[in-house]
This record gives sequence, structure tokens and C-alpha cells, in this order.
Amino acid sequence: MNVRMIVTSLGTSAAMLAATVAQAEDGYDAPAEWPSPVVEHLRGSLLVDRLEYARPDEGDDALVWDFQAWYGGDVNRLYLKGEGENVQGDGEDAEFESLDLLYSRLIAPFWELQGGIGYQGGIATDDHLKRYFGVINLLGVVPYRLETDAGLRVSDDGDISASLESEYDLRITQRLYLQPRIEMSASADEVPEFGVGKGLNSIRTGLRLRYEFHRKFAPYIGGYWQKAYGDTADMARAEGESVEDTGIVAGIRMWY
Amino acid sequence: MTKTKQTASPLTRRQVLKGGSALGLGAMALGLPPAWANPWGQTAAYPRGIESGPDISLAIRRETLDVAGKTARPISINDTSPGPLIRLKEGQDAVLRVTNLLEESTSIHWHGLILPPEMDGVPGVSFAGIAPGETFTYRFPVRQNGTYWYHSHSGLQEQLGHAGPLVIDAAEPEPFRYDREHVLLLTDWSFEDPATIFHNLKTGEGYYNFQERTVADFFADVQRHGFTDTAAQRAMWAEMRMSSRDIADVTGSTYTYLMNGQSPTQNWTALFKPGETQRLRVINGSAMSYFDVRIPGLTMTVVAADGQPIQPVPVEEFRIGVAETYDVLVTPEANTAYTLFAESMDRSGYASGTLAPRLGMTAPIPVRRQIADRGMEAMGSHEGMGMSGMSDMPDMDHGSRSPSSSTGMDHTEMSGMDHSNMQGMGHSPKEGMSGMAPDRADGMLPVGVAQPGSRLDRPGIGIDPDERRVLVYRDLKALRPWPDRRPPGRELELHLTGNMERYMWSFDGKKFSEVTGPIHFEKDERLRLILVNDTMMEHPIHLHGMWMELENGAGELIPRKHTLNVKPGERISALITADAEGSWAFHCHLLYHMDAGMFRVVKVA
Repeated sequence: MNVRMIVTSLGTSAAMLAATVAQAEDGYDAPAEWPSPVVEHLRGSLLVDRLEYARPDEGDDALVWDFQAWYGGDVNRLYLKGEGENVQGDGEDAEFESLDLLYSRLIAPFWELQGGIGYQGGIATDDHLKRYFGVINLLGVVPYRLETDAGLRVSDDGDISASLESEYDLRITQRLYLQPRIEMSASADEVPEFGVGKGLNSIRTGLRLRYEFHRKFAPYIGGYWQKAYGDTADMARAEGESVEDTGIVAGIRMWY
Repeated sequence: MTKTKQTASPLTRRQVLKGGSALGLGAMALGLPPAWANPWGQTAAYPRGIESGPDISLAIRRETLDVAGKTARPISINDTSPGPLIRLKEGQDAVLRVTNLLEESTSIHWHGLILPPEMDGVPGVSFAGIAPGETFTYRFPVRQNGTYWYHSHSGLQEQLGHAGPLVIDAAEPEPFRYDREHVLLLTDWSFEDPATIFHNLKTGEGYYNFQERTVADFFADVQRHGFTDTAAQRAMWAEMRMSSRDIADVTGSTYTYLMNGQSPTQNWTALFKPGETQRLRVINGSAMSYFDVRIPGLTMTVVAADGQPIQPVPVEEFRIGVAETYDVLVTPEANTAYTLFAESMDRSGYASGTLAPRLGMTAPIPVRRQIADRGMEAMGSHEGMGMSGMSDMPDMDHGSRSPSSSTGMDHTEMSGMDHSNMQGMGHSPKEGMSGMAPDRADGMLPVGVAQPGSRLDRPGIGIDPDERRVLVYRDLKALRPWPDRRPPGRELELHLTGNMERYMWSFDGKKFSEVTGPIHFEKDERLRLILVNDTMMEHPIHLHGMWMELENGAGELIPRKHTLNVKPGERISALITADAEGSWAFHCHLLYHMDAGMFRVVKVA
């Protein structure tokens, strides 16, 4: 919904009232029906950071995605963040590793504190086990420009886990970027049905080379390495799954 | 809310007749360049498109016109975009009837004119705005002369070409003579929608910057300056999560820079006869772009700044901030062509034209300069790391030359720290400043003295003052003292603040939507306004309704301006006589900074 559209084309009393209130607070005696000299608009943005086809050395290919969308103002925003994959040829539908709906507030120039609810499981199917979380996130940029997303989640069964994602854009030319990224997850509880052990669960690192044909559209290629640790690794072994893996990816980064 | 509709009277027959050409019934709808871009200057030979006062009708519409050789949808004023030259005479009672043929509200602000507050043209401050289909009649006595301009003050309309030059002929002879005059209106045009540009600035940092530091030039810098200095300098900027190449938010990657509405390829040409003195009225009517103006081969004598006469200053180049105007005299003796060259401050593009004895002649475009890196001065610190590593950077300000440089440096260093740590977060940067104020025996500096922490003797980033004679604010001296000789009764300090990451811009850490009241000036008081730039970008600060007398060290002869460029980390001051009762806009004249919240209302009562 666009506030300006309402004000200019419809001129509804509600919008006028909003403008009036803003102005009355400023207290410079402007008549109530005058518009505000500077009008702020809420806006939204969608970043598909990764939409990629991954080919591991072992196991099945997968379509992987990682997006975040927000709507709001400069300080308060509503976020929808999702990460998931669809393993090809396993006969199962796609799965969200996480799908979070978060209220976000700018608490420092480079930092947003986010809180809300999260979901893990299948997309509209029961192919995958599912669970819900309470989520707290700190999203921002640390000095030296590492974009960082640190999260703490508590599941509906009371299991506590933490994750840390960080990525960096190394500018090779004005349009060619090399992006190293790292993801770590850890858990305070053992959750065997999700293959999660106590302690450090896994580390995943990746390196992607992207070319920004347009700021909003950039294809990339890259590779990753991942490894499970501790009980999590033992559970994977018991299931006959690999504990350490490398693979290559090709995908697109885009935003609006 | 229905009030606007009730007052939206249909055009009377008389208005239609009077505004006949204004309403596009004439031969103007052909996409012709604005007539004031007439190559022979303001002579009777080509008067079309000049609207001469005192009684003028202007029609604002959105229409398909040619811009830089391509089809575009600018906002036009009497069917040209940018609009026609409005020519008034000092002493007239101007009557300007503005008819809005857009589908949204509009306005015209007469930039730099001293007039009654209800005629200032700022929706929400001076009046309600001009509703679609409505005609608003501006009436005001013309009490000044010189080079000014006009533009929309509604939303982002100015970016669509809703602007034009305004010249007021003097009642008395001016203190200089010339044979011919030309208007040079510089603008930045984009084929993108202004709302899209704003969205891109809000959501994608550095969206339009394609001159960032890269790995490739890191190795080049290492070769030139050694690893330690290069790495230290890069690390410093990276640590602050900022870019040393953040010179312009919106760049030549989307802008086509225009001179009198024409692109460099279209090459607008001003004609002269050798030996004649030309008066060039240079106006920066762009939304976001500072320009460096020169005419290779000619010395320009600056005779007016922001419409107000100054003691002549011969220069070879001058920087013109957004919304500023400068009048310069040139006397080309040779029967040859000269390039009128206005390079954008970030070097991502330029506007240009030709000054020639005959149409069709051209002169070479000067060698383009490379983008400069922000140096220490942006952070307010003048010493420390990587100095030798930046020895080739022409923009480096190697220290404040202000009267009290040590306190000035401390002060600005502090402001730099405020900037990186807490800008835009509603913290009062003043808190960080307390105890850092320069020593002042009587609590205030003498009249006309430059503030410690000012760099009024420096042209700013990307200009090498050793390469050629460049105008600096320190050069501006009034012909005689301005009428109000009182010392200031009080000081008012405002910080220019921002959060680049979110594209939030503000005064004292508060956007317009966050402030609780206007800035109060007491009627007829004399006050000193101190502007402290805590950000890493230049801001052209514009006060409506009253002059700002820039304390540049010229003592009694300080110049008066309507728009003051404040460089990063800089602290400057201006004296103001608050004689204009009413509410006035006060804002950064970078269009998207203003729209992002760098706007306040000043109330004189």
C-alpha cells in the first residue's frame, strides 16, 4: 500500500488525519489540511541471496534457496526469511530448513535485532518432519564489512540451538565479486529425529564468484565444503549418510 | 479534505487567453530546446521561451519530450523541460500564475528570493500546494537582483526537470559590465523513475557507484605506495564499514548531465564575438550533482555568488554545489571555440557545451580526472595513518588552516567518531562534543571569523588547488558590508547527520518525521547558525526566506548566500537576520537527502 497514492488520488480522511497528526506534532502552525512537506513511505524489498543448483560429490543434486524479504520503515521492519532445498530424485517434496517471520528493529547503525517465529519442515506436504521455533536474531555488518546473521532458536519441544552465518563480498572489479561464506550450527540438546546432536553440529563454507550484469541480477558459480561434528556426525554415519562433503554450485543472486 | 476540490476553480477564459502559449497552444510543443538556451545570449534575436515579468503564466504538465536525444516523460513548464527563463526586474511586483496540469499536486519555489512566506512555494510550509487543475497565483515584490532559479518543492518532481532559471535585472547599474550574457543551467537527468532511484538508494547501498575500490587497484596501490600504507588505509575504511569512494550517491551510471537541457553530444553552443565580455550565469539546478566548472583557455572572473555581487575573483575553475549560482565574466579574444566543461564531482560524467564565435565549432573535451578517495578530512582527522600512501590524492586537505587549528582538529575528529559510531541513531552528537568547543574568551567568536574546523580555504575533494586557480569560499567578499552590522545575540548549532547504510539523513540525528517542533528564530534577532557536518558527504544547506552571511574570515565583508556547501567533517557558521516572520523550509538541497528526512521548518516569530 502506498501512502502517497492514497493521499494524492483518493485523499481519504484517514490519510489526511495521519498527515495532520504528524504536522501538529511539529507545531509550526500549518493548517490541518496541508500535506507534510516531506512524506515518508514504507517500502519493501526482496533479496534472493542464493538460488542455486548444487551438485555434491556424494549424494543427490539439490535445488537450494536462501532469501529474505522485508517491509517497513527505516527502523521497524517485518522480515520473512527462508532457507531450504529440494533434493532431486529422493521422491520427496521441497523442505524449509528454516522459514522465519520476524519483527526487526534497528538498534545500532549497522545492527538489527529480530524476533519472531520459525518453522522447519516440508512445504505443504508431510514428507518431512516439522517443528516450530521461537527465534531471536542479530543481523548486521561487523567492522570490515562481514555481513552476519546470528540466531538463537528454541523449538516447540524446548530444544535450544544456535546458528551463525557470515559472508563477505570481495570486489574484484566493479561487477565481479568473490563471496566467501561460512555457516555454523550448534545445539544445546540432542534431537535425534532431526539428526541433531549436542554441541557443534556442522560447519559449511562456500566460495562463490558472481558477476553483476545488473545490480539486481547476478549469476554465480562456486563450491562448498561441509562437515558434521560430534554426535551429529555419529547419527549421520549410523544413517549411512556422509559426514563430510564437497560440491559445486551454479545459481543466481537477485533483489528488488 | 474536499476543500482542495472546492478551491480548484476551473480556468477562467481570461486566464486561458493570457496563458495561451503557456498552455501549449503555441508552437512550443515540438520538443525544442528551451529558448533561453539561445546561442546569442539574451538579445532580441531569439526571445522565444523567455517569460518576462511582471505578469507571467506557467503551465506544468507531464509530456513526452526528447531528452538527450531519447524519448522521455519529463515534467515541462510551458512545454520545455527544464523550464523557460523567467526574467523579472528589481522593483517590479511580480505576478506568476502557475497552472497544474499534472495528475498530482505540484508547486514552484523561487530559490533564493526574499518574499512573503505564503509565496515561497513549499507545500506544507508556505501553502497547501497546487492541486491538479488548479492555478495558484504567486504575487510578491521583487526586492533584489541577480541569478537565481526555480523548481518544484513537491516530492521528487525536481528530478523530472521541473526547474528552470530565474534572472532578475538590476534597477541600478551593476558593479561590472559585459556585452552579452548566457545562462548555463546544469541538471542531472535520469531515464529511471525518481521513485526507483530513491528505492535503490534506500535498499541497495552503493547502488550507483561503479568506481569503488577493487582488488585490482589494491595491487596497483601496493606497487605505488607499498603494502603497509595501502593495507592500512583499506583496513581503516573497511573497519568503519564505509567507502572512501562514496563521493556521489547517484552517479553518471544513471544520470545524463545536461547543460541548458542538452547533453554533451547535443553540444549546446553559446556564441560570442571576439573581444566581447560574456556574462555566464551558472546555475546548478541538479537534484544530486556537484559540478566543477571550467573553460579551458579562459580565465573566469567570478562577480556574483548566489545572485549577490562579490568582489571580482579571477579563477580557472570553480565548484558549484547543488542549488548554488555563480556569475562569471569571460572575455575570449581569439576567434576560436572553447569548451564549457562541468565535470561531476565524482568524475562519473560531465555536462558540456561550447562557447564559439560561430555555430558548429567545437573544442576538445579536457582530459577527465579520476575519482578521488575521501581522505582523513572526511573523518575530521588530519594526521595519522597512511599519509604517504595518499600522497597522490589531490583532494587531501593537509590540515585545517583555521585560526585555531588544534581545537578545530580535535573537534572535527570527534565529529568523525560520532559519525562512524552513532550517526543517525538519535544520539545527540553534541554530547560527544562537550568539552571540545574551542576556547572563546567571551563565549563567542568575533563577527566574520571562520569557525575552527572549517576548511573554507579548500576547494574540496577531487580538486588539486596547485593545478589551477580554483575558487574557494574564502575568496568570496561582499562589495560592502550588508545592512545589519549587529553581532549575533546567540548561537544555534546544528549537526548534519546520516546513516548511509539505511540512507537516513537528518539534522541532529533526527529525521523530519522524528522532530517535535520547528527551529525557532526570534523575530528581528541576529543569530549565528553553526553547521557541523558529521557525515562523510557534502551537503548543500538551504535556508528559505532569509540570507545566510557566511563567516568565511572576510570580517565585515562576509558574503551572503542562500545555499551553503558544508564539506565532510567541516564546521562552518553564518549570521542570519531573522527579519522574515513566518514558517520557512530549511534543508539539504540534495533531493534524496531532503526526501529521506534532512529537512526542518524554521519559524520566525
